[in-house]
Amino acid sequence: MAHAGRPFGLLRNLNAKVAAIPMMLTVIVIFIGCTLWTVFYSFTSSRLLPTSDFVGFDQYSRLFGNSRWNQSLLNLATYGVCVLTFVFIIGFLLAVLIDQKIRFENTFRTIFLYPFALSFIVTGLVWQWILDPGLGLPKVLNDLGLPGGSLALLGDKNTVIYALVIAGLWQGTGLVMVLMLAGLRGIDSEIWKAARVDGIPAWRTYLFIIIPMMRGVFVTTLVIVASGIVRVYDLVVAMTQGGPGFASEVPAKYVYSFMFERANLGQGLAASTVMLVTVFIILVPWALAEFRQKRS
Amino acid sequence: MAMATTTNSIASVVEPAGARPRRMFAPSTIILYSILTVAALYYLLPLYVMVVTSLKDMTEIRMGNIFAPPVQITFEPWVKAWSQACTGLDCSGISVGFWKSVKITIPSVIISVAIASVNGYGLSYWRFKGSEVFFTILLFGAFIPYQVMLYPLVIIMRELGIFSTIWAVVLVHTIFGMPINTLLFRNYFASLPPELFKAARVDGAGFWQVFFRIMLPMSLPIFVVSMIIQITGIWNDFLFGVIFAGNQNFPMTVQLNNIVNAVQGVKEYNVNMAATLLTGAVPLIVYFVSGRLFVRGIAAGAVKG
Repeated sequence: MAHAGRPFGLLRNLNAKVAAIPMMLTVIVIFIGCTLWTVFYSFTSSRLLPTSDFVGFDQYSRLFGNSRWNQSLLNLATYGVCVLTFVFIIGFLLAVLIDQKIRFENTFRTIFLYPFALSFIVTGLVWQWILDPGLGLPKVLNDLGLPGGSLALLGDKNTVIYALVIAGLWQGTGLVMVLMLAGLRGIDSEIWKAARVDGIPAWRTYLFIIIPMMRGVFVTTLVIVASGIVRVYDLVVAMTQGGPGFASEVPAKYVYSFMFERANLGQGLAASTVMLVTVFIILVPWALAEFRQKRS
Repeated sequence: MAMATTTNSIASVVEPAGARPRRMFAPSTIILYSILTVAALYYLLPLYVMVVTSLKDMTEIRMGNIFAPPVQITFEPWVKAWSQACTGLDCSGISVGFWKSVKITIPSVIISVAIASVNGYGLSYWRFKGSEVFFTILLFGAFIPYQVMLYPLVIIMRELGIFSTIWAVVLVHTIFGMPINTLLFRNYFASLPPELFKAARVDGAGFWQVFFRIMLPMSLPIFVVSMIIQITGIWNDFLFGVIFAGNQNFPMTVQLNNIVNAVQGVKEYNVNMAATLLTGAVPLIVYFVSGRLFVRGIAAGAVKG
């Protein structure tokens, strides 16, 4: 809607350009500049301070030779698969239940969503307390004569990641429910009428008609949840500090530790570049799907 | 599709007499509400445990189980959490972090919402060559893991001379709040009737006049949504606080983590839970007060980022 006529392109629409300076600076300096900086210096031998001493893929080969990093990748994969699977199943089921024109809809929705307002720090600390082997839920189960010892998730290096999953699900399912609910409400009620006339049972309608129609909502939710999973950091710090040992270490924490605690900048930068690539692998199919949708 | 249970028989009197869908028999209704109630209890349990624990004294915590209500209610843990709990060597409670969080949140919210609203307005009505490209990269930037940009940002803050101050955190929040909030404002302004803009232009109003006289007065709803997202997001931040604020300015989340996960001393679970509740109080109040707007904000904010 810029008014044409004045020949000097740079001066045209000057106020709008001045107003867009913060955005342009953010895009050029932060999102492009800082990212390139990180990728660039991940190929150097930087320790405490960045240096221009190039070492090729040394940092990367050291990274993937480090059992702590590989453990953190494995943890992230386990956490990610579990959270994604259950957050979608539970979130969708809750949305379907709430969508049955129930009474107290607002109350239920409020209860399912409120954990999302809380920080991961608060979430982690609460669940650390509930899962405390000495005084929390395991003790209660023990007192009741149930096998509570096996529930000491936090102390066992094989199960600690599932404790994080439980806390992560508690915090995040509400968001997915809200998104799914918005998606369900966006579907034309004629579809339901038609399905009922044809005598299709409700569960089949959901499975074969409604869910395929909600593809857009599912993809958006997937991108939001997945990019959150890749960054997961606060929850681990608050709940387990990455322990026992490195049994609940995650990439974001590995990066922080090598950059700011262990003065091994090159390692931290290489690790964060791997995180960036991971996100791109998630994002590119989504971007392509969006693009295709818009064209058709 | 109303339910013909005894609970709403009054409502059913005024209903049209058409055939009801068959699957709304009472047993299925009972199952539906049972599932919802069990799920609700699961989501409420941690909040209940927090509140109950924060009102017990330590002997009661060691004796009883975490689900038992307090035999004798005491508010001492709350007082201690607020004004005496120790973070490292400093023992002046979580109130220090509370005020730091307030000092960080207020300017961050004002600046980031102001910039995002102007951005969104510009991108809707005053597009220039390249503006859409910047916007697209901005949206993609929202998905770059923060870890990728942390170290260069530290250098930038150091060069600007604001590292380890509140202003560094404010600037970082402004930067990372920009994509989602700009998107919200852009979509909102784009949904307004374009005749408003054209009429104002015909009357000779410029960029800022149209913004302040026409657009601002009409955009209260989206301002509220954007502010909810920013307040909760900034209050709940941990990472940026740890890195950019400096020891003297740690926000409440960082202080809370330091109190609870302190290595030395006896773990005072009641004080910890009181501190946790105090830290969660601000976003929870925002959530409960804003109700539907919070939901709308999330749904709107989730459209793309």
